[in-house]
Amino acid sequence: MKFVNYIAQWRSAAKEALDHTAITLKFLCWLHVTNNYLCSPTHVYGPSMLPTLNLAGDVILAEHLSPRIGKVGHGDLVVVRSPLNPNRNLTKRIVGMEGDTVTFFDPLRGDATQTVVVPKGHVWIQGDNIYASHDSRHFGPIPYGLIQGKVFFRVWPLDVFGRVDQ
Amino acid sequence: MGTRNFLWNFTKKFVTFGLITVTVSDRYVTVVPVRGGSMSPTFNPKTSPSTGTFSDDYVLVEKFCLNKYKFSHGDVVVFRSPLNHKETHIKRIVALPGEWFGNRQNNDVLKIPEGHCWVEGDNAASSMDSKSFGPVVLGLIRGRVTHVVWPPHRIGAVKSTPPEGLSSL
Repeated sequence: MKFVNYIAQWRSAAKEALDHTAITLKFLCWLHVTNNYLCSPTHVYGPSMLPTLNLAGDVILAEHLSPRIGKVGHGDLVVVRSPLNPNRNLTKRIVGMEGDTVTFFDPLRGDATQTVVVPKGHVWIQGDNIYASHDSRHFGPIPYGLIQGKVFFRVWPLDVFGRVDQ
Repeated sequence: MGTRNFLWNFTKKFVTFGLITVTVSDRYVTVVPVRGGSMSPTFNPKTSPSTGTFSDDYVLVEKFCLNKYKFSHGDVVVFRSPLNHKETHIKRIVALPGEWFGNRQNNDVLKIPEGHCWVEGDNAASSMDSKSFGPVVLGLIRGRVTHVVWPPHRIGAVKSTPPEGLSSL
């Protein structure tokens, strides 16, 4: 009798543990889907997007719907995967879409301006702070498929909480 | 009341199932069909030479390699086309970042830039690959093909070594 009791107890404990695991798993799945398909927070830092984003680091929200349906265009702030290191993300502004003619100059390399045509399926991205930004002026246009999300909201710091103007 | 309860339960199960499927296929493993003959004979070998039709193979794609983006020569990878982000291609990696790569067709030697790789189809005659659009950014890669899972008579692992006659190896 004691043995049967023991088994029953063990069984209920196991069932409870299983239920908890299932709930945790579901929650993690839900987190993954919202993070990848709706919006996700990103911490951005560095001087390349001054004065739009601060030097010390902002927490921004990027939504993933617009890139998926092709609704990003000129002037949008986007989070892209770096073409040089796939484990890094960059936050830059789209300056030219495919087929556009982009004229730019790099103050670190002299005053000469250059003009390029953005090839098919690519976008031209640049930081707002042209003096301290590593962007398409160095590595050229990037494939559209690298765009991860479009920045639309700033969460931190609190005094600039609100929509990010395009 | 009974039907409503049933419907509610059904929806809940359905959504949960969907969430789990999407998560697993995004993060761990997924199955995709191979269209076209650019990777023949590894995938889609011609069923009958007279008609020239391809039967679609279904392949298992693992995504664990995306944590570190470490690939080796001869890996078959799925990547988004650099020309059109809505298309995905399946090709074989021929050269990795930072390597010197000699193209046997026009005797060019070029250095693969950092964060890029050179991909080619096994069927050199009809393949849209790095020979037409240049090196591919590693960030576009969506996974590595490990097995053929359908049709049944072709089930088996995909070898990492390319068949004879690929332009560079």
